[in-house]
Amino acid sequence: MAAREEIAIQADQVSRHYTMGTTQVRAVDEVTLAAHAGEILAILGASGSGKSTLLNLMAGLDRPTSGAIVAQGKNLAGMSSRELARHRSSTVGMVFQSFQLLPRMTLEENVELPLRLAEVERGERNERVREALERVRLSARLTHRPPELSGGEQQRAALARALVNRPTILLADEPTGNLDSVTGEEIMNLLREINETLGMTIVIVTHERPMAERFAHRLAIMGDGKLLSDGRSQ
Amino acid sequence: MKVRDMTELAVRNLREAMLRNSLTTMGVAVGVASLVAMLSLGVGLQELASKRLSRSGLFDAVLVTTQGNFREFGRSRPRTAPSGDPRVLDDSARSDLAHLPGVTEVYPDVRFATEVRYQGTPYATMVAGVPASALASGAFDGMQGRFFSGADADEAILQIEFAREITPQTETLVGKELELRYAERQALPPEPADGGLGSPASTKTQKPGAASGRHAGSEPVAAAPGDDANGLGGGFSIVPRQKILRIVGVVDSEPAAGFGGIARGRVFIPLQVGEALRATQANDLRDALRGRSGKPSYLSLTVRVDGPSKVKGVEEAIKQMGFATFSLLDATKNIRLVFAVFDVLLGIFGSLALVVSSLGIINTLVMAILDRRREIGVLKALGAADGDIQKLFFVEAGAMGFLGGVLGVVFGWLIGRALTFALNVYLHKQELPGIEVSSVPWWLAGGAIAFAVVVSLIAGMYPASRAAKLNPVEALRYE
Repeated sequence: MAAREEIAIQADQVSRHYTMGTTQVRAVDEVTLAAHAGEILAILGASGSGKSTLLNLMAGLDRPTSGAIVAQGKNLAGMSSRELARHRSSTVGMVFQSFQLLPRMTLEENVELPLRLAEVERGERNERVREALERVRLSARLTHRPPELSGGEQQRAALARALVNRPTILLADEPTGNLDSVTGEEIMNLLREINETLGMTIVIVTHERPMAERFAHRLAIMGDGKLLSDGRSQ
Repeated sequence: MKVRDMTELAVRNLREAMLRNSLTTMGVAVGVASLVAMLSLGVGLQELASKRLSRSGLFDAVLVTTQGNFREFGRSRPRTAPSGDPRVLDDSARSDLAHLPGVTEVYPDVRFATEVRYQGTPYATMVAGVPASALASGAFDGMQGRFFSGADADEAILQIEFAREITPQTETLVGKELELRYAERQALPPEPADGGLGSPASTKTQKPGAASGRHAGSEPVAAAPGDDANGLGGGFSIVPRQKILRIVGVVDSEPAAGFGGIARGRVFIPLQVGEALRATQANDLRDALRGRSGKPSYLSLTVRVDGPSKVKGVEEAIKQMGFATFSLLDATKNIRLVFAVFDVLLGIFGSLALVVSSLGIINTLVMAILDRRREIGVLKALGAADGDIQKLFFVEAGAMGFLGGVLGVVFGWLIGRALTFALNVYLHKQELPGIEVSSVPWWLAGGAIAFAVVVSLIAGMYPASRAAKLNPVEALRYE
């Protein structure tokens, strides 16, 4: 789907600094970057470049040292802990490199978890879980537990879990990092399919430039916490 | 998160670390069991003592005498005491006492030393009149035979030691006849006043069964204070009598009903029968000296009240009537205080085990945070607020407390039963009646479970707060 001019989420002069011992680490340093509604934005960079930290700030898992993260007209930096939790629950969905499924729960229970946290009515939950698992083609594996699935299947299940609350933005942190190239490509195809059918904004953090170039609408490049390119010039 | 979802997740988490959580729950259960066992003993002993004491008739009874009889108890004479001669404790006073609100029964102390004959063999003994209400005291529970068939039945119950004097096979006495010999008091007509103390008491004897003279007091006599101020009553004669009684029971314990009452009696007869005998008693000589032998009075009357709470009011009313009273009201307060202190001490010792078990809960939940660090991170990433994580740990702590509490109450109850069983086996060997030393009333069971939950929640506060503050980014990175 072609990106619209409307901004889905924006980092404005965002910095995230840590103190490690006596050294101050500038993990993200005055980055300004916007993801437009309906686009797939890939953030590229070497390990330690600050791309995952920026994604966590966009997810509301972390708070910036300075600057603003604006999603749906609201600045996450000024939100309370409960408001940030609501942002993570309803505005964004997250996918991680190591899937982060709860191993003792079945796929159905894993996917249902965000619905429990969002206090969705029980009657509605089953239908939404089945719909999400159908979208990632895992309807037949409802009662399986994560260790019984392949890496690709686990990442698809994680994707279903991220989609089940119908967020407007999907944030994916190295979604193919733990997968072989064929499976990684399957996941990227699935992400593109979701973007096209649902019009969802997707921000992918990856270090695999060729794959990013094939699937993303725009590439932003980070190095040493700074935004080196926001892709507009490409 | 909704309470139901929270509870489901908590139960799932508890099930997943089954062994560790079971051991922690058992720790709580042992703590609660110790608390419940201790307090159940306290409650049981208190109930046992209260039941025995209240059934003894000591705590719902007021002993009434004419004024001046209780100086030895260290009580001052009531302010309302009228001047002049104290009011006589006679039938009129007895009737007045019976009509006081809250009074259920008024009866005199009928007790006299005399001789009984069983199959021609004489035995010296003490005969006591037993009010019908004494049956409720429990003193006649488990007796051989039965209680009196009626208030005016010519029946006798023997105290076992006296029964053994007659025959070692005490059970064979039930249904047999006993001849009671006694001295009946008969009033003589008053003699003219001579300004002295009054006529000396005279006696005459008759052969058993020959007496048929008029009984003093066989017609109602209204005696009022000062009634004898200028006239002196006549003397009385003592007439030997006999009465055939049927032995209906043999009782193990020494029954008591009120103060002194029938205690020390060896042959018990219905009080009404005892009164009708008009057997000579200790106060008859005093009455004769005071010139009241024509108008019999009582040495004391026992007033039974409808519950210990009404004793104070009735006692006051009786004092207003001009009599002296004695009750064990103050003693009951002290007994309650002693048991309250006893219960608190037992509770403190019992609670120590629960406090120790709460450390187990803290340890288990802190370990759970380490185990479930990633899971907490995932929950936060999926939209759980800090408060949700905190509540989840609270529910888990509360669930362990609740389960431990329920199990603990059951264990505590079982310990109490075991103690009662063991004690009763011992008592049985000593040929003593069985008792209940432990009691787990509903308030104790409910209170112990609630206490376990509260202690568990307090124990869960620190781990829950630590889990809630966990940084989700670091938690997700944790391997």
